[in-house]
Amino acid sequence: MVEFTLPKNSQVKPGKKHAVPPGAKNLRTFKVYRYDPDTDENPRLDSYDVDMDTCGPMVLDALLKIKDETDQTLTLRRSCREGICGSCSMNIDGRNTLACLKPIEECKGDVKVYPLPHMPVIKDLVPDLTHVYAQYASIEPWLKTDTPAPPNAERQQSPEERAKLDGLWECILCFCCTTSCPSYWWNGDRYLGPAILLQAARWINDSRDEATGERLDNLEDPFRLYRCHTIMNCTQTCPKGLNPAKAIADIKMKMVERQG
Amino acid sequence: MVPKPDMLRSALGRVRGLGSAKEGTHHWWQQRLTAVALIPLSIWLIASIVSLSSSGYAGFASWFHNPIHATVMILFLLAVFHHAQLGLQVVIEDYVPNHAARTVCVVAAKFACIALAVSCVVSILVVAFKG
Repeated sequence: MVEFTLPKNSQVKPGKKHAVPPGAKNLRTFKVYRYDPDTDENPRLDSYDVDMDTCGPMVLDALLKIKDETDQTLTLRRSCREGICGSCSMNIDGRNTLACLKPIEECKGDVKVYPLPHMPVIKDLVPDLTHVYAQYASIEPWLKTDTPAPPNAERQQSPEERAKLDGLWECILCFCCTTSCPSYWWNGDRYLGPAILLQAARWINDSRDEATGERLDNLEDPFRLYRCHTIMNCTQTCPKGLNPAKAIADIKMKMVERQG
Repeated sequence: MVPKPDMLRSALGRVRGLGSAKEGTHHWWQQRLTAVALIPLSIWLIASIVSLSSSGYAGFASWFHNPIHATVMILFLLAVFHHAQLGLQVVIEDYVPNHAARTVCVVAAKFACIALAVSCVVSILVVAFKG
């Protein structure tokens, strides 16, 4: 059966409490998931007090402040710190989001920070994304054409055709949606998950692409596509406000449309 | 994800696996069609049962003598069991990861639904024709 509880070596234990910074008045407690692959120890939840008077407004600001000033062993991915690169996706206050876009103010009580759910953890807040990246490669996310490009111009697209890519091109592949999807938790080895299916829709809806049918063929599968049960966690959690559930529904409608 | 014995295979090779089944749309569409069909059929059945509730077995039996009632009842049963076996298959595929166990469960669910559907239809026909 599906594993509803964590295996023994993955159960999260209480961790270290790091000292309050001296002289700080406006404190906020961050509880952060820690896992070190170099020890045999279970993951633990470390507690850090952060002085809000000297900290930026976002959860990423606090995590970087902790790393800079309190505990240099804390490991996380980040790059652009403004919601474009998708590196700092993690589970904050019970919801998958980007640490750089999540205001600390919006979190209730202690700020709980975990890595993206149900992915193998490399260290602390860094999940192993090898499998989702391979899934992304499997949908062949590039323009496929047999018609050669016009010799002196780009491939043309009307404003209406271009508009069909809105809500799809904005995806930054942070995988907040994919890792929020129970169907992906249970069958992620074969189900492509919302992020990859939204990316697939981005190419299926591109008027310049000539491999639409081939793309649909590759998705037509009880597991790759049809594990989506319209749970909608993907749409609820997307930090960019996109709607992967709708993109998946559009793919299903095209599957029906081409049958008759 | 649980590490698989084919760990040395490339990630892309594992994702591509045995390829797309080129199937699933028919299943998904049938599930939607039966669900839509079941809305009026269920309302009709509940309304009928409520109106017949005080008339006992004889009342129900004579009601089934009307061929329209028997027909719609059989349509309801076929839609219910078709919908049930489609839905059970999805639930089993979701929650039973072992391929052999999954196949056994899906086949058992389908056989059970077919057996129940046939026995229900035969029962309706027996009552409709014999009372």
